Amino acid sequence: MSAAKWRRAMNTGLAGALPPRQPSAGGQAIAMALPPTLDPYPDSDAPRWLKFLWRTLSPRHVFTLAFVLLLPFVVSPFVIYQVASQALIFGLIALSLTFLAGYGGMVSLAQMTVAGMAGYAVAVLGASGTATSLGWPWGVVVPVALVVAVLCSTLIGWLSVRTDGIYTIMITLAIGVAFYYLVLQNYTVFNGFQGFQKVYPPKVWGINWRDPLPFYFLCLFWSLAGYFFIQWLVRTPFGIVLQGTRDNARRMNSLGYNVTAHRVAAYAVSGLLAGVGGVLLVWYNGLISPGSVGTGWLINVLVIAVLGGMKHPIGAFLGAIVFILLQTFAIDLIDRERFNLVIGGVFLAIVLFSPDGLLGLWAKLRMRFGPSQVLTSTPRRPP
Amino acid sequence: MTRGERLATWILVGGPIAVFSAWALFDNPRLYLVTLLNSLTLASLYFIVASGFTLVFGLMRNVNLAHGSLYLLGGYVGYVVARETGWWIIALAAGFLAAAIAGLLIQVLILRRMQGQDLRQTMVTIGLSIVIADILLWIFTGQVYQMEAPEWLQGPIRGIPVIKAYSAYRLSLLGFGLAIGLFLWWLLNRTKVGTMIRAGVDDRAMLAAAGVNVNLVFAITFMLGAGLAGFGGVIGAVELSMVPGEDTRLLLASLIVVIVGGMGSVVGAAIGAAILGLAETYGLAYAPTYSVVFTFVILIVVLAFRPRGIMGRPA
Repeated sequence: MSAAKWRRAMNTGLAGALPPRQPSAGGQAIAMALPPTLDPYPDSDAPRWLKFLWRTLSPRHVFTLAFVLLLPFVVSPFVIYQVASQALIFGLIALSLTFLAGYGGMVSLAQMTVAGMAGYAVAVLGASGTATSLGWPWGVVVPVALVVAVLCSTLIGWLSVRTDGIYTIMITLAIGVAFYYLVLQNYTVFNGFQGFQKVYPPKVWGINWRDPLPFYFLCLFWSLAGYFFIQWLVRTPFGIVLQGTRDNARRMNSLGYNVTAHRVAAYAVSGLLAGVGGVLLVWYNGLISPGSVGTGWLINVLVIAVLGGMKHPIGAFLGAIVFILLQTFAIDLIDRERFNLVIGGVFLAIVLFSPDGLLGLWAKLRMRFGPSQVLTSTPRRPP
Repeated sequence: MTRGERLATWILVGGPIAVFSAWALFDNPRLYLVTLLNSLTLASLYFIVASGFTLVFGLMRNVNLAHGSLYLLGGYVGYVVARETGWWIIALAAGFLAAAIAGLLIQVLILRRMQGQDLRQTMVTIGLSIVIADILLWIFTGQVYQMEAPEWLQGPIRGIPVIKAYSAYRLSLLGFGLAIGLFLWWLLNRTKVGTMIRAGVDDRAMLAAAGVNVNLVFAITFMLGAGLAGFGGVIGAVELSMVPGEDTRLLLASLIVVIVGGMGSVVGAAIGAAILGLAETYGLAYAPTYSVVFTFVILIVVLAFRPRGIMGRPA
């Protein structure tokens, strides 16, 4: 008997077994199981999406949106390009990890590898300063790069979800470092140590997307798209089931859900996000080399995600902003050579004292000074 | 696994290897045999480092990603001690002790505070590996250090039948690997501490309920595991040289050895180390650009058919 049939049989059996003199209890149970989609403003004529927007939008959303839209017009091009754009790109890559780890419970260290694969695909297939590049048009290259990222991420996921929990981190790290050594030693396809230089974004609609302002808005667009996509996805049935597998995989399995399939699908989704991030990253740097997918950067993505906090998608971007600010301006305070010490120390402090990252700190502060609120990725009903 | 399946596996895996060996032996027996010795000696080093990793993992479910940094720490300390005293044996002991003490501090000061939170512990070790690697880079800079082999192990051994001459030090690695393996077997199977460690691998809660001071067992095991990394560091410092980045390389090797062999099993670590050593060295000798790919393919094949490794058991 299939799981769906079983569930149906259980439901009908339950309904039949309910004593008829307790209709209220039965009705309540069904209402709790399937909350009807409430329309908070039934008498208003506005379309549903506008009502949804009105319900979910709060002043801080408007403030943040205004901030990110107006920012490039008040700061210098250096800040737009080196700080803001870079933070958005790494935020997007870290978001793919936040989705996997925060909502799927799978900490993968290979997200930078997936991004690097997309970047390498852009460099190998598109135009670059190296003779081995094929020079295809960007309209073909970018979709192919994203497909490559999704496929590779799915493969990585398929390999690593066969074992669970703490093993994932080891297997993905091994895969990531193996890819690093592959691109380092292979000269026929990946051009070895030197990698690819002069990989620039294309000129479309007469705009040079390499200029700070257009590039910033390109990054902003895809970051917002990724953010809202994840926000939407975790509320869909798929996202709910994924969070269920994170909390108790065995129970979800016995409820009839295919845990492995959901996890691999989550890897595919994260691959798409990391792939977009990887394409933007290779355009941002203008080059890709084994150093871009080395152990340092594999771990930095984890650092960014943990720094911000993995309980909410915004954590990835918060972490990226802090990380990039530290990276850019730490030189003024300390020796440039000791940046790793600073970032390692900050990471250690966050893991030791605030496992939920900056979001966790914020939640703690609000708990202490503001009205009490719990920060979880799935708001739990009070018992 | 039925008998037929087992036979099929042996034929599928062993067949191509046998064909390749026959061809290589016929083509160039010296290259084949030297590569065999090289791979086995490299495997010994991998085994020494990875056995510490797997011991810690098996008992505490703690993936110590600072293991590579401890390896490098042991190597540097051994180098300094050897330079000051001139005794390689003392350097070996110093490398072991330095890494063991560092491991003990990590376990007692940090990891004990978050018992049972596997993921958080792993992240802490990632942070520690960044910090330790950077401090070592600060002190020793990016310079390549090469340690001298002790006098009685310097120079080649001559007069071996087909291969004529082979480095005495490299050959001694085989002895070190066997010695460590025998020592671990003795420790785990013939001593009280070993009994406790094995019991802890099977069921930690039950061990604690039986009145054993689990924290002490954890501390001893972590010390031993870290110490083995430092010990491997001193041995590797002669053979491979020390430079920032070696920590990642040995960490990757330990990870692959332990994933392929099965986590928490010392025998598995030996099997995994042998497989990795053979694949890497033969890859380098016969198909230089793709040696990493071989390793990776082995990893994929093992994970696809035995997700918990060759000797692994469900946790």
